[in-house]
Amino acid sequence: MSEKIYYTKEHEWVRVEGNIATIGITDFAQSQLGDVVFVELPEAGRDLKAGEAAAVVESVKAASEVFAPVSGKVTQANEALVDSFSLINEAPESDGWFFKLELANTGELGGLMDRAAYDDFLKEHA
Amino acid sequence: MRYLPLSDGDRAAMLARIGVSRIDDLYRDVPASVLLEKPVNLPPAQGEMAVERALSRLSARNMAAGSAPFFVGAGAYKHHVPASVDHLIQRGEFLTSYTPYQPEIAQGTLQYLFEFQSQVAMLTGMEVANASMYDGSTACAEAVLMARRVTKRKKAILSGGLHPQYADVVKTATAFTDDELIINPPAVAGPDDLATLIDGETSCVVVQNPSFFGHVADLRLLAQAAQEKGALLIVVVTEAVSLGAVMSPGEMGADIVVGEGQSIGNGLTFGGPYLGLFATRQKYMRQMPGRLCGETVDVDGRRGYVLTLSTREQHIRREKATSNICTNSGLCSLAFTIHLTLLGEAGLRRLAALNHERACRLAEALSALPGVTVLNDTFFNEFTVRLPRAASDVVEELAARGILGGVPVSRLLPGQAFADLLLVAATETAGDEDQDAFVAALREIL
Amino acid sequence: MTSVSTHFALDHEEALIFDIGDTKRSGVDLPSPAAHKSRLGNAARTAEIGLPGLSEPEAVRHYTRLSRKNYAIDMGVFPLGSCTMKHNPRLNEKMARLPGFADIHPLQPMSTVQGALELMELLAHWLTTLTGMPAVALSPKAGAHGELCGLMAIRAAHEARGDARKVVLVPESAHGTNPATAALCGYEVKSIPANARGRVDVEALKAALSPDVAALMLTNPNTCGLFENEILTIAKAVHDVGAYFYCDGANFNAIVGRVRPGDLGVDAMHINLHKTFSTPHGGGGPGSGPVVLSAALQSFAPLPYVVRDGEQLRLVEQRDAAAQNFGRLSAFHGQMGMFVRALAYMMSHGANGLRRVAEDAVLNANYVLASLKDVMSASFEGPCMHEALFDDRFLKDTGVSTLDFAKAMIDAGYHPMTMYFPLVVHGALLIEPTESESKASLDTFIADLRELALAAKAGDVERFTAAPTRAPRRRLDETQAARKPVLRWEKQA
Repeated sequence: MSEKIYYTKEHEWVRVEGNIATIGITDFAQSQLGDVVFVELPEAGRDLKAGEAAAVVESVKAASEVFAPVSGKVTQANEALVDSFSLINEAPESDGWFFKLELANTGELGGLMDRAAYDDFLKEHA
Repeated sequence: MRYLPLSDGDRAAMLARIGVSRIDDLYRDVPASVLLEKPVNLPPAQGEMAVERALSRLSARNMAAGSAPFFVGAGAYKHHVPASVDHLIQRGEFLTSYTPYQPEIAQGTLQYLFEFQSQVAMLTGMEVANASMYDGSTACAEAVLMARRVTKRKKAILSGGLHPQYADVVKTATAFTDDELIINPPAVAGPDDLATLIDGETSCVVVQNPSFFGHVADLRLLAQAAQEKGALLIVVVTEAVSLGAVMSPGEMGADIVVGEGQSIGNGLTFGGPYLGLFATRQKYMRQMPGRLCGETVDVDGRRGYVLTLSTREQHIRREKATSNICTNSGLCSLAFTIHLTLLGEAGLRRLAALNHERACRLAEALSALPGVTVLNDTFFNEFTVRLPRAASDVVEELAARGILGGVPVSRLLPGQAFADLLLVAATETAGDEDQDAFVAALREIL
Repeated sequence: MTSVSTHFALDHEEALIFDIGDTKRSGVDLPSPAAHKSRLGNAARTAEIGLPGLSEPEAVRHYTRLSRKNYAIDMGVFPLGSCTMKHNPRLNEKMARLPGFADIHPLQPMSTVQGALELMELLAHWLTTLTGMPAVALSPKAGAHGELCGLMAIRAAHEARGDARKVVLVPESAHGTNPATAALCGYEVKSIPANARGRVDVEALKAALSPDVAALMLTNPNTCGLFENEILTIAKAVHDVGAYFYCDGANFNAIVGRVRPGDLGVDAMHINLHKTFSTPHGGGGPGSGPVVLSAALQSFAPLPYVVRDGEQLRLVEQRDAAAQNFGRLSAFHGQMGMFVRALAYMMSHGANGLRRVAEDAVLNANYVLASLKDVMSASFEGPCMHEALFDDRFLKDTGVSTLDFAKAMIDAGYHPMTMYFPLVVHGALLIEPTESESKASLDTFIADLRELALAAKAGDVERFTAAPTRAPRRRLDETQAARKPVLRWEKQA
């Protein structure tokens, strides 16, 4: 099964494999935030609607919410983050993922950006 | 003007550098219609001697606690504070410093806050404590709001032994939220039964120990009952010295402990400034309100302290903060920590024992008076007595004889049912002679 | 010219009380309690607490050494914008310690505290006269507590009319306490942008006003140190939709004696006694935040308040059925110790002196602005009020950040100015000299800051990024502190 990666204007990424989406924040987002000192992750089983606040990520001087880019039921949170917040700074777009969810509506993916579109968005807004 | 260093010559030179001709040019953004041309209608400047005279005259019209046999408590207690405490807190480096936002040049404040937090955690038997709140009553309200955040439930149960003004403050803090408050009727005769009120919707149970009426309770069963239903037990302590003699709330199973810290290091000052104590379990640390000081190292690896977990606070989270609190009670917490360091374990235990002994002696003497009943089976240094007459009248008559003889319960709980109840506190400052004078005066008055 | 020497022989390291004390030692001599039968029931303490004690000489040395690791107004310029670090007169301290103020109980009979109640009445008179407002609630314990008081009075007033409004408008330059307070009162917060001149964008404000808006919370002078010159238009627009105007009075010190907020259409405003009226900041409190109220809100003031029955003064502590007050904000009557200090300060200055306080504060800030604007980047055209706002454009491409610049000020002998606030300009540096600085001390300060600005531009980056090097500690690892919080001492196993 092929995987595909999408991006959001909130600087999050969504990797889709089958009907499972893995969600994290982009390298740009972590660089803006600085050293991550705390994360709060959603519990497995929680139903999230697209746009709903799902997780919290904090640095010393800032707190940001991580939104569910698409709707679905949380299947897993990345517990490795809790012991090592620095994963988010070191590998934001791989090992530093936040949570996985089971897609409720694959149609929502159409509203997200691909890498090229996100890069253009960054150039315009960063 | 002794507090203003600029001379008229300075002012003229500075205006010239700025490039304006007169001070009003600097106020040019103020609409002309509201810029005052003349001083407001208040007295002119006065020298230090005149101000001192005027304020001393006002001060002299009050009956100071130290000038009378004194038995007033109900949430504020007279204790002897060592002279070195007030001397130290008046050092300019403490008195005239700011919130330690620049830790490199605020290690003095930060280290004492770290020591303070550690002492409060030990004293309450909890894992973590914050750097203080405004006072016990506001700390109590913040605890109720925190319980809501932790449990995501909205029903709080307040014991009838909670200080009525604390209950009022909780009421105010939740007035405009959808929280439900259950306030138990005043628990005059002994601890009230709260366990049966707890259900699956309850966020917290708030119990004062010793209670407003002085009763001391073992809360372990209540803690268990709360835990079984997923509710938090909030224990309120308005007399911090009691923690030297009474089993700590942490040992009893409390989830949050709030208290009034005035008793240690701080004077009565007509009700403020005081300091709120706030302690909880480690797992709720991030839901705490207020400032927290934490240990770390500097770039050279030396131990140092900083304010930490600031993302909970208003200056970062704004409308999503855990509280709107900004100021803590810095200098009052300094007085607290210095006094407690002077006491140490041995001194605090002895001070608490002495308070208890003083109150035991007075309770015995009062219960020997005809028509007077001590209502408490248990107490620490304060208890409730039933008088044969209205307590408010008795207190006035005692005051006329130069004795400050306690707090009529009706001052805080209006209503005929409480009219004959008097709260009497005896601390280490209530010597035999003062107690005997109080008892003798009461015998005559009643 | 610089204000520091390099002598640090007086800088002692100091261990924790837990390292130097023990549970047996005490600095307090107390008599042994007489024999008695315990009345503690089955709740007596048996477990050890573990509290260390020190003898008096050890304790005095411990805290004296700690004190020397703090910067303070008593030592030097403390230009912390928005915080108003003015001189704290020692007469205030002496007065607050008079036994008739310091040693009276809040619940002793009112007949025995008539002088204290009169002091509260007198303070209220000064505050209402200076603000041109009819009433004041004295009990709030700090500025943010005052905000809560004001917004609760506003909500109570709306509700008394059966008007359930949901929104509070807050400019983006506001103190964080404003939105936090509005949220605590159950309001939804809407942010209003600033215009290019650092003031509220009045058109955006008008567009946001609706019958659903309960109040506008506005700081004036604002957090950019500027007077909202369209204030009368703003107040009228707010009142026109039936909303109230809450003014954050944190910066009242710039206008005291020159402008009465009551004349601006303000309905409620807290006054930080520790800012405008010199009560000490004490390393982070205690504060005191009385709230003046307009005629429209007066009857909603919280308990308690002082009333006069002929010659006798009395505290109203209980709510009667007819009263509209919203209840009680704290136990007892407010920060009496701060009331005494603030009144001593007011009486010392008098009506004429308080005016001068505001004028000198504004003059000093404009002097700093005029003297630095060619080497640092001023955010807005002058004149400013009591504080001068700069941003980090002058540091562009130097490799020096606002934070680095602030830390280098420590090595020059100063407490840094406020950094990164307000949020409406990039890398903000907010300087508030207050009226307490002499021209000579400002001249030294200005010269030192000019030298720093020029050094940054000249590429002396190391001096900034390594700073401070001449403080009790160098930069502290805040990331470690937050990742693995250590909030208390623990006995080593």
